[in-house]
Amino acid sequence: MNNETDPGISHNLAVSHGKTVTLGGDRPIRLACGTELGPFTVAYETYGTLNEDRSNAILICHALTGDHFVASPNPLTGKPGWWHMLVGPGKVIDTDRFFVICPNVLGGCMGSTGPGEINPATGKPWGLSFPVITIGDMVQAQVRLIDHLGIDQLFCVIGGSMGGMQALEWCHSHPERVFAAVPIATSYRHSAQNIAFHEVGRQAITTDLDWHGGDYFSHGVKPHRGLAVARMAAHITYLSEPALHRKFGRSLQDRDTVGYSFDADFQVESYLRYQGSTFVDRFDANSYLYITRAMDYFDLATENGGVLANAFRDTKIRWCVISFSSDWLFPTSESRAIVHALNAVAANVSFVEVNSDKGHDAFLLDEPEFHDTLTGFLEGAVEHRGLPRATKKAPR
Amino acid sequence: MIATTTNPIRVDLKLIADLVEPRTRVLDIGCGDGALLDYLYTFKQVDGRGIELSMAGVRAAVSQGLSVIQGDADTDLKDYPSDAFDYAILSQTLQATRDPKGVLENLLRIGRRAIVSFPNFGHWRNRLQILTQGRMPVTESLSYQWWETPNIHFCTIRDFAELCDSLGITVEKSFTLDTQGRATQHPVHSRRANLFGVEAVCVLKR
Repeated sequence: MNNETDPGISHNLAVSHGKTVTLGGDRPIRLACGTELGPFTVAYETYGTLNEDRSNAILICHALTGDHFVASPNPLTGKPGWWHMLVGPGKVIDTDRFFVICPNVLGGCMGSTGPGEINPATGKPWGLSFPVITIGDMVQAQVRLIDHLGIDQLFCVIGGSMGGMQALEWCHSHPERVFAAVPIATSYRHSAQNIAFHEVGRQAITTDLDWHGGDYFSHGVKPHRGLAVARMAAHITYLSEPALHRKFGRSLQDRDTVGYSFDADFQVESYLRYQGSTFVDRFDANSYLYITRAMDYFDLATENGGVLANAFRDTKIRWCVISFSSDWLFPTSESRAIVHALNAVAANVSFVEVNSDKGHDAFLLDEPEFHDTLTGFLEGAVEHRGLPRATKKAPR
Repeated sequence: MIATTTNPIRVDLKLIADLVEPRTRVLDIGCGDGALLDYLYTFKQVDGRGIELSMAGVRAAVSQGLSVIQGDADTDLKDYPSDAFDYAILSQTLQATRDPKGVLENLLRIGRRAIVSFPNFGHWRNRLQILTQGRMPVTESLSYQWWETPNIHFCTIRDFAELCDSLGITVEKSFTLDTQGRATQHPVHSRRANLFGVEAVCVLKR
């Protein structure tokens, strides 16, 4: 049975988590590692109204440290939704026309079942007893949510970075349930360099003495320092050298000369420290381990006999692949490999590399070329799906 | 927004559009901002895709709701499966490719038919400029100086016809456009076409 509560309260973070639903109680999902999981909870947000024939649903998949508060303020940080510029009434993803669904991923720490939540079998936080999950497992959980919401086919699946991996996985494993897909700043497999960066982050966490083998809850502490360092290292990969230089250069922080010490002399150091320290207030260290691992394991080519095109054979989906010119974490070459595979199966695909010097993070920022591309693609897809056209051109 | 075509399209694109059967699958290589694809979608209900080298063109096309990717005729055609399209269209691009022969072969592998347009280097004004001035021709249709031109593989209509012969490609129909943009149908081996055609548009079949 599915039990819906609204709003949900997490066990490890005493904040409202929007909508939550418990799924898989009667029919667990079988994870890639072989373990069966169920019942499990999915925290999610929705915006807009599902139309009568349930054909206007857009699923937005969040990135590594994102959450389901895509268009509404995050109750934990009070900050606006992470894509509020893009999602809302009259915006590019127009909630007056589309029913937008954004779930927190399996393994996350904002209300969906993850290592920080209570294991119903033991009454204690899962910690490292939580099974290692994959992008495919996250999508399995999302499929159950979409079933629960009574939607046969999503009008569109959109996601950036890890969200793009989920979008690709949806198109691979449930092609008949997706009409259009927009994988953004992503890849069909996590590169060696990206796995390497993730390993640095995980080592920072697991070598923090407060981590306690993942059992920090029972010690009343959290591996703040390790998680902050993981975030600092990762944050650099989300930016670009020109963006860092423009923002900080070699400017000093609150001083006129270098201090001949290891304080944060430079603004860029101070900025990174701040990024690290605020991150630990909103993110669970074990979740960080699990979710980075899920990304590392993602490889749609190897899963399909080493030929990525095999993952999308006979696809009827309308695709729009988007990359950003200065993104070195998920560079354009990765998107181009996806496009080549889609060409090989004669898929209906658009591909745009957006000019930006803001690095990987550009997909979260106000990038007019990106927004124009997405607007145009969605309008084209609306027409082909037979949904009502926009009455006016969406702003920008 | 898709299919907002109200403006007339370039005369050579209109000629190409008229050669395309309704409700077919079309790949337009070098599609620019998607003017032809938009026209074909609006007036012939064509299932169209595009490849364009310039990102500005791609963004303009995708922003109109057209299915266009950034790519290169020389390198990206090999990915497409055989017989994926009814028509592969290459308009004013062949002379700018590194390997025109390879591109032609790919066009006719991917598409059951190919429609190719190209500037005719054998037009009398080009011949006259070389003959009288001893300089590379610079005309309205070939407006670049030699050192800046993207057109690295010029040919005459006769050159093109002979390449098609050698590849076993049938030229089903061929047209020339004159300086006024008026189209005339000619056999592709016609001397007259090669002398007076500013531009050629050919429908090719395996």
